Amino acid sequence: MADLIILVTLLALGYGFGRYSESTHYASIRKREKTLNAIPAIASRIPPQGNPNFDSQLVSGSVVISVDYFKRFIAGLRNLVGGRMTSYETLLDRARREAILRMKEEADRLGASMVFNLKLETASIHKGRRNKIGSVEVLAYGTALTPN
Amino acid sequence: MIVSNLEILPGKKITKHLGLVQGSSVRAKHVGRDLMAGLKNIFGGELKGYTELLQESRQEAHERMLEQAKAVGANAVLNIRFSTSSIAAGAAELFAYGTAVIVE
Repeated sequence: MADLIILVTLLALGYGFGRYSESTHYASIRKREKTLNAIPAIASRIPPQGNPNFDSQLVSGSVVISVDYFKRFIAGLRNLVGGRMTSYETLLDRARREAILRMKEEADRLGASMVFNLKLETASIHKGRRNKIGSVEVLAYGTALTPN
Repeated sequence: MIVSNLEILPGKKITKHLGLVQGSSVRAKHVGRDLMAGLKNIFGGELKGYTELLQESRQEAHERMLEQAKAVGANAVLNIRFSTSSIAAGAAELFAYGTAVIVE
């Protein structure tokens, strides 16, 4: 009985706080994406030709983000029947967008006009532990081109 | 030192290739941070301690790579890649590598 009470409390805490933090995070991502739209991040490897007056510098942004207890529980259930794991999809989406935003913020501080050769690297932090995803790290990096 | 993950530098000519340079760092998390992360695993959200830790160790790997590039006399490192691998539970290796070159 005590176990059940603990489980329900954890689920309720995870649901409440997780939901709140996700919606505030998405709101802040959307807001910052709008202001940083002026600096495009391009996944192309070839820098612009014929316009050689650029300084290049490496910029990067990273974030470690964790899924809440409720979502992990739901994902565990989903594991039984298979199908889309929406709870992890939003986790990775948030992490990637946040990492790209942090990279763009660094590029913005340098006065860059664009970021070239964007690469994304994902690592699961809790890999060694009971094979659960739990938290992921996303690193975004690229070359900021600053007109000189 | 020019550092970039492009293969060429716009407007600059590569005069000499000096080969691969690399740097790595292996870090483990300390118990206090693990406890905080455990709590965060219930509530969800960003694990700021881990973000900082990984950033620091990546910075260290990056600096080691640059030291190596300096030692071979390069003035730029191009085509940089980062990679992360978990070695044991609670420890991660951060690895940076690139091509050391001399540009005009």
